[in-house]
Amino acid sequence: MMDSCNCIEPQWPADELLMKYQYISDFFIALAYFSIPLELIYFVKKSAVFPYRWVLVQFGAFIVLCGATHLINLWTFTMHSRTVAVVMTTAKVLTAAVSCATALMLVHIIPDLLSVKTRELFLKNKAAELDREMGLIRTQEETGRHVRMLTHEIRSTLDRHTILKTTLVELGRTLALEECALWMPTRSGLELQLSYTLRQQQNPVGYTVPIHLPVINQVFSSNCAVKISPNSPVARIRPLAGKYIPGEVVAVRVPLLHLSNFQINDWPELSTKRYALMVLMLPSDSARQWHVHELELVEVVADQVAVALSHAAILEESMRARDLLMDQNVALDLARREAETAIRARNDFLAVMNHEMRTPMHAIIALSSLLQETELTPEQRLMVETIMKSSNLLATLINDVLDLSRLEDGSFQLNIVTFNLHVVFREVLNLIKPVASVKKLLITLNLAPDLPEYAVGDEKRLMQVILNVVGNAVKFSKEGGISITAFVAKAEYLRDARAPDFSPVPSDNHFYLRVQVKDSGSGINPQDIPKLFTKFVHNQSLATKNSGGSGLGLAICKRFVTLMDGHISIESEGLGKGCTATFIVKLGIPEKLNESKFPVMPKVPANHIQANFSGLKVLVMDDNGVSRAVTKGLLLHLGCDVTTVSSRDELLGVVSQEHKVVLMDVCTPGIDSYEVAVQMHRLYSNHHERPLLVALTGSTDKVTKENCMRVGMDGVIQKPVSLDKMRNVLSELLEH
Amino acid sequence: MDVGLVQMQRRLADYANALFKEGILDSQYLQLQELQDESNPDFVVEVVSLFFTDSEKLLNDLSRDLAQPNVDFKRVDAHVHQLKGSSSSIGAERVKNACIVFRNFCQEKNIPGCLRCLQQIKQEFLLVKSKLETLFKLEQQVVAAGGSIPTVQQPSL
Repeated sequence: MMDSCNCIEPQWPADELLMKYQYISDFFIALAYFSIPLELIYFVKKSAVFPYRWVLVQFGAFIVLCGATHLINLWTFTMHSRTVAVVMTTAKVLTAAVSCATALMLVHIIPDLLSVKTRELFLKNKAAELDREMGLIRTQEETGRHVRMLTHEIRSTLDRHTILKTTLVELGRTLALEECALWMPTRSGLELQLSYTLRQQQNPVGYTVPIHLPVINQVFSSNCAVKISPNSPVARIRPLAGKYIPGEVVAVRVPLLHLSNFQINDWPELSTKRYALMVLMLPSDSARQWHVHELELVEVVADQVAVALSHAAILEESMRARDLLMDQNVALDLARREAETAIRARNDFLAVMNHEMRTPMHAIIALSSLLQETELTPEQRLMVETIMKSSNLLATLINDVLDLSRLEDGSFQLNIVTFNLHVVFREVLNLIKPVASVKKLLITLNLAPDLPEYAVGDEKRLMQVILNVVGNAVKFSKEGGISITAFVAKAEYLRDARAPDFSPVPSDNHFYLRVQVKDSGSGINPQDIPKLFTKFVHNQSLATKNSGGSGLGLAICKRFVTLMDGHISIESEGLGKGCTATFIVKLGIPEKLNESKFPVMPKVPANHIQANFSGLKVLVMDDNGVSRAVTKGLLLHLGCDVTTVSSRDELLGVVSQEHKVVLMDVCTPGIDSYEVAVQMHRLYSNHHERPLLVALTGSTDKVTKENCMRVGMDGVIQKPVSLDKMRNVLSELLEH
Repeated sequence: MDVGLVQMQRRLADYANALFKEGILDSQYLQLQELQDESNPDFVVEVVSLFFTDSEKLLNDLSRDLAQPNVDFKRVDAHVHQLKGSSSSIGAERVKNACIVFRNFCQEKNIPGCLRCLQQIKQEFLLVKSKLETLFKLEQQVVAAGGSIPTVQQPSL
């Protein structure tokens, strides 16, 4: 009977209570094991992301199998059939397999899961840090925005008061201040004066504190915003009521920059600085504290205010300077107009006086000369001669005075002409010779060989200068000789040490004439030399009976010489040692000789000209360049004034009544020169106005000649033209 | 160096005479020489240079025109006419004669004849050019040595 049931005996004897408990526990274990995967599936389905599905399956299988095992175990407590045992074994085997697999898999999974946890922690920390930084950046950006806005407000005006008031207002607004005040240094620099406050109505303006308080020094010595006690004199602007706990106070220095402070390399340091003090107070009873970013804001604003103030100061300065200049301008204008009026009045006066003086002078001179012609006793003659001399002197004086006044006010202009330089010197010589020979003085004139014959300049004034200088030499010499040398000054002579401000510029169409007049006369005391050129100063030591003259001579000479871009100087070694006068003037070089009024070399040699051809205006038309050139040369040789054209249109455009003869080449094929003749006849209907038409032809046949005659040509010349042929034809034509 | 000068002058005169004898230059050249004076010292050289430039251009144009597939005889004739005029103004006799022959061929529209003539003209032109250049050089030498250019008398033909 035992063999047929094929049952398995349990290992241990059945113990009722223990069995029961085991039975129940196994049941609950199985239950739990079956519910775990359900729970897992439920929650994983709920969650969006779970990467380990395969793990889940594995784990589920493992759990289920464990549960199954425990469940099947329930049947093994009593006698069970072999089938149950087999199932049990299978279940156990499977469970073993899956659980080993799971165990192996968990080795991989668990570190991952753990690291997820650490990563999560790390990310949380990072997020917290970023939050902190974001907060910082935001506050900085806020501060920056405030600064920009403040700066914009401050810099949008150039008016000092507006700048300061705006600063205070904006700062007050931005930082929500209770009070904001600016203390400016007084003129003396010893005190700080309360200049601007935010809530002006309540605080007295004009309140001062001495500048050397320790708290103020502390603020001035640092370029940061410094927290100061609310009880310090600069902060005690508001009347304190007992219940107020005053808010924190911060003070910052505002440098007052001057133009001279802007060095390139070093930003101005403390040495000679003037500062203003800006005091900012937080609202009382607010328990607010000054934050770092707020302090930074205050410092930046203080710097900006400094710059804006200096701009405003510069602007004020330049406006003031401009106003000053304008006033000066007006004053100068007025002065100029007054001066001009004065000059005009003087000129009018001089002109009138001059005229008034000259008229009687003229009468005196004229009548005296007439008187000289009559019969006079020697005494009478002497008297008349004296009268003549005196009146001549007076006339010269009048002329000189008028010249000088014109020279002085700049209304004098040189009369520039081309003249013969050599002739000027010779004339001076001729004028001075009689006087010199009376005094038995020898005059020598040396003209350098490279001295140009012709020059461009003011001939009359130059002669006046030379005459004056030579005249002085003669006047002040009692014996000996006078030597006059004239040469072209080279560059090295031009740099005269005695005339440091005379800097001549040599150029191509100008030259510098240097004239030196040496005399062996009484000389001049070197101390008196500077006075020589002063007008109206007469050299008293040399006053002799013969010396006349106004004392204006040299002054006028100097002015003329200066006008000619030159320089004049006198040297003497002392009394009795003679005197040397030197002057340099700038003269122009004339360009063409035929512009002067002197006879010009004729261009054409006389032997080939027939008188009736010179200047004859001829027009030549020929389209062949070579024959045109040859014909032109021919006519030029005959002395004609030749114009050439190369086409019919050109001819008709150029021809005029001035042309006496028109020579046309008629053998060019394609151009109907005959038609030109017809047109010419039409243009000049009047026979006398029309130029004579001559045809130049290379062909020898009669037909051409007939055609020419038919269209009204006045003559025909056969090419090649010889000189004689041209001459003959022209004379024939012009005779008619 | 008087002897040298006289020799140079004689050489110049011989050379010039030869040119006239050979018919390269004719009396028109003498006319040109007569027109040269102090106010116009380089007249001959200038006109001759002008002639050389003009003629070279004309010869080039002629060569180009005759090489065209359709020869424009009117144009060719115009060019030759110009050349004839220029050469006769200078006195380049042979060039002028060659031009006359060319014109005849042109009238007949005979292209090979024209081409032959063109060759001839070119040869004559180059000849007269080189001869004249040598002549000018000799003249320059004489002038540089201080002498004057002897006027050539037209050899009686």
